[in-house]
Amino acid sequence: MKIGVVTFPGTLDDVDAQRAVRIGGHEAVALWHGDHDLRGVDAVVLPGGFSYGDYLRCGAISRFSPVMVEVIEAAHKGMPVLGICNGFQILCESHLLPGALIRNDHRKFVCRDQRLRIENNRTAWTSAYEENAEITIVLKNGEGGFVADEPTLDRLEGEGRVVARYLEVNPNGSARDIAGITNERGNVVGLMPHPEHSVEELTGAGTDGVGFFTSFAVAAAEKVFA
Amino acid sequence: MAADSGNSRIAGRFRLVTVSASSASLPTVDTVAAAAGDPGREQPWADLGLKADEYDRIREILGRRPTSSELAMYSVMWSEHCSYKSSKVHLKQFSEIPQETRAGKMLAGIGENAGVIDIGQGYAVTFKVESHNHPSYVEPYQGAATGVGGIVRDILAMGARPVAVMDPLRFGPLDAEDTHRVLPGIVAGVGGYGNCLGLPNIGGEAVFDSTYLGNPLVNALCVGVLRHEDLHLAKASGTGNKVILYGAKTGGDGIGGVSVLASETFDADGPAKRPSVQVGDPFMEKLLIECTLELFAAGLIAGIQDLGGAGLSCATSELASAGDGGMHVELDQVPLRDSTLAPEEILMSESQERMMAVVEPGDVEKFLAICAKWEVDAAIVGEVTDTGRLVIDWHGETVVDVPPRTVAHEGPTYQRPFARPDWQDDLQADVAEQLARPATGEELRDTLLRLVASPNLCDKSWITDQYDRYVRGNTVLSQPSDSGMVRVDEETNLGVALATDANGRFAKLDPYAGAQLALAESYRNVATGGATPLAVSDCLNFGSPEDPAVMWQFAEACRGLKDACLELGVPVTGGNVSLYNQTGETAILPTPVVAVLGVIDDVTRRTPSQFTGPAQRVYVLGETREELSGSAWADVVHGHLGGRPPRVDLAAEKALAALLAEGVGLLTSAHDLADGGLAQALAESTITSGIGAQVALDGDPFLALFSESAARALVTVELEDGARLVDLAGRHGVPITEIGVTGGDTLRVEGQFELPVAELGAAWTATLPAALGS
Repeated sequence: MKIGVVTFPGTLDDVDAQRAVRIGGHEAVALWHGDHDLRGVDAVVLPGGFSYGDYLRCGAISRFSPVMVEVIEAAHKGMPVLGICNGFQILCESHLLPGALIRNDHRKFVCRDQRLRIENNRTAWTSAYEENAEITIVLKNGEGGFVADEPTLDRLEGEGRVVARYLEVNPNGSARDIAGITNERGNVVGLMPHPEHSVEELTGAGTDGVGFFTSFAVAAAEKVFA
Repeated sequence: MAADSGNSRIAGRFRLVTVSASSASLPTVDTVAAAAGDPGREQPWADLGLKADEYDRIREILGRRPTSSELAMYSVMWSEHCSYKSSKVHLKQFSEIPQETRAGKMLAGIGENAGVIDIGQGYAVTFKVESHNHPSYVEPYQGAATGVGGIVRDILAMGARPVAVMDPLRFGPLDAEDTHRVLPGIVAGVGGYGNCLGLPNIGGEAVFDSTYLGNPLVNALCVGVLRHEDLHLAKASGTGNKVILYGAKTGGDGIGGVSVLASETFDADGPAKRPSVQVGDPFMEKLLIECTLELFAAGLIAGIQDLGGAGLSCATSELASAGDGGMHVELDQVPLRDSTLAPEEILMSESQERMMAVVEPGDVEKFLAICAKWEVDAAIVGEVTDTGRLVIDWHGETVVDVPPRTVAHEGPTYQRPFARPDWQDDLQADVAEQLARPATGEELRDTLLRLVASPNLCDKSWITDQYDRYVRGNTVLSQPSDSGMVRVDEETNLGVALATDANGRFAKLDPYAGAQLALAESYRNVATGGATPLAVSDCLNFGSPEDPAVMWQFAEACRGLKDACLELGVPVTGGNVSLYNQTGETAILPTPVVAVLGVIDDVTRRTPSQFTGPAQRVYVLGETREELSGSAWADVVHGHLGGRPPRVDLAAEKALAALLAEGVGLLTSAHDLADGGLAQALAESTITSGIGAQVALDGDPFLALFSESAARALVTVELEDGARLVDLAGRHGVPITEIGVTGGDTLRVEGQFELPVAELGAAWTATLPAALGS
């Protein structure tokens, strides 16, 4: 499978996402923010970073970029899209996912090894995990507080669209400890922590993140998102 | 300094540009022609920080009075910060150290933006540590942020991709009110800038002492990686080549930063100096990094220089004097954020995120296209000439016409008087070995708990958790490990390790030995991870060079460092001097921060700092002596600083490092013994792993736990490997003492005390959040 990794000018974790895609057994394809071209990929990762500097609301400018026009259209047609950290922010700004990400409640950037529970393993990106699997992956963000109005939160919970929830510590003040969500169809997933930094014993927080990059194969085989 | 000097200096900036303005029109530009016709005009040289003899020398060089633009250039380039005028007679001795490492000859040495070291497999690394102390006191967030930005551009200018940063920091007492203003801002600034660049922060220091209260230290280190063939040096060669300024537009920020801020002592009552602090834009720097690396890869750069302190004054004069000797610049072509800036201000501006490149005429179009891809502004501002002169025009009129070497390299040199202070003997006589010591197991236990919770020894996660340590996915070791380590090649697992250290208390007691101990500790920290130390960069933070006692400390530290580098076989590849770090008459502790870079062939074989499993044998390598003066124990328990620092034994350091390198694979963990002695090393090894230990200590248990003798490490091996380690130590001539075994969930010292690891950990982690808020 070919998985595209988008690079905006201020993207930082693109090399990591590409590495994770390869470790997951797929071909990583670099996509450029300024191109109206997805280069024939089967899925897209929007990695972490500061896309256009994010001096405005995070992701507010990126959603208008040429590549996002294509990503949004493809997502509506069912293409699997994973937004990590800044990518999650961009997905919310693009209205592919509900809610928004705001400044951490403690007002500081935080980098830690974070415990999570995978509550929805029926998405394109989480099918490799057991339901309610508990994992530890890297978390690093300054504006990672997930917010939405109460009816939206209730709906996310009710429809089982909370993909991952923080355990032990809520690191950024996210509503209901929500770390990641998906759309109704389950093809678009936004996640604040960084599974791409947890794919090698040597360099990250263990290898619990690999599942996000092997789920695609599992899901394709099982036609979860068909 | 006089209480009013800062005031007049800030005022001078305005007088400089308005001196000949009529009330109703724009300022008249002071040209070379005007200077020749108006030789007696009074000029604000003193307000710009120049001394009378320095001003006379400028007139002598030019054969006339300088124009106001020339005066601006000389004043910033001849400042202490840029010219090293007080320090260079002492720094010269570093060039006596052979410019080669165990891995081969240096590819570029001292004098370039940063030294470049061969690490094998066709790779080279470049690293450097610099200070941004004074700006960070005035405006903590931006001062620290732009400190990171500046050192990153230095590394980039060598043709290297920056791959990691580290930040040695010094603050006033943790409970002081101003520390609560300065520390959160500095940490947020370091993180805010580095995180946004995508550079992992892999270590550093945070040290608290009352002498840093009005003068915190913000040192920033960056390491970059390049292929041998990608090395680029800063010079402007090739007559007719174009000079391109690219990156951020030039604004009014940071004007005179090096002369006003970096080269002057603060006064408690002085005016706010915020206008002299630069403002950073890390997103622009990220673009600049990617754009510059793409320009390098396309072979479009004939010469390059980053713009840091002294801005365009520095870049133009240094590029010209290192190349064919001439450059013609049209200053009105510089893209401006503020169209009202005068030429003097443009020359002095320290606006961040700018680079200057020398480009062959045929490559200009391709150069500009790559800049456009990254949406980075670029402007052709001049060209290389063979005139031997740096000529700068402003709308067709010449405002600067100088020999560039006189600006960049031939500034004043001072033989500052230095003398061992008369209080040094009394200080050394007041030894900590005579202080009251804990006598019972209970008292030892309380002492340990008190020390691990003290600001200098406690957990620094409150700080380091604000830094991204994972980005780029190559971080093998980071805080709280003894050293930071990054993978350089994903196929071969070649990597580099870095550590920075300085113990200002030791340096105060004996600056010669103190500098050597800083080097020894940094060298040892790199070795504990399994890397082989190769080279040194230093950031020498001291008080006012106009104080003979401070100058003596500086001279002694340089001499000590040079002697130790010679003995350990590690060259000084570059660095930075920061003087005038004092508040009123009180200088900071002499703080020679020493960074050591090491190489490791296979990062997967690195040795961890923390315990890795139960039922492992625990040893102390090296000799423990009765050395308590300058120790953390003397500081925390008695508030005492006196005596002589621990003995320096570089032969022992070398032997220990060789053992640690050969022990890779055999050692299951290795932890440097330094501040807080064995007690602190045991505490950190157990807390960070959650694995306890039972140890039995021969002789005086207090000395065994709290002495700070150098050249020691705490190591573990599997039960069956004890004899192999003893044999290895024997072959390297390193004293070895088996002290116990890992396991359980307590730290037990036989016959003395037993402490749950959880309780130790709670004490260790509580301090910073309690003081700074969680």
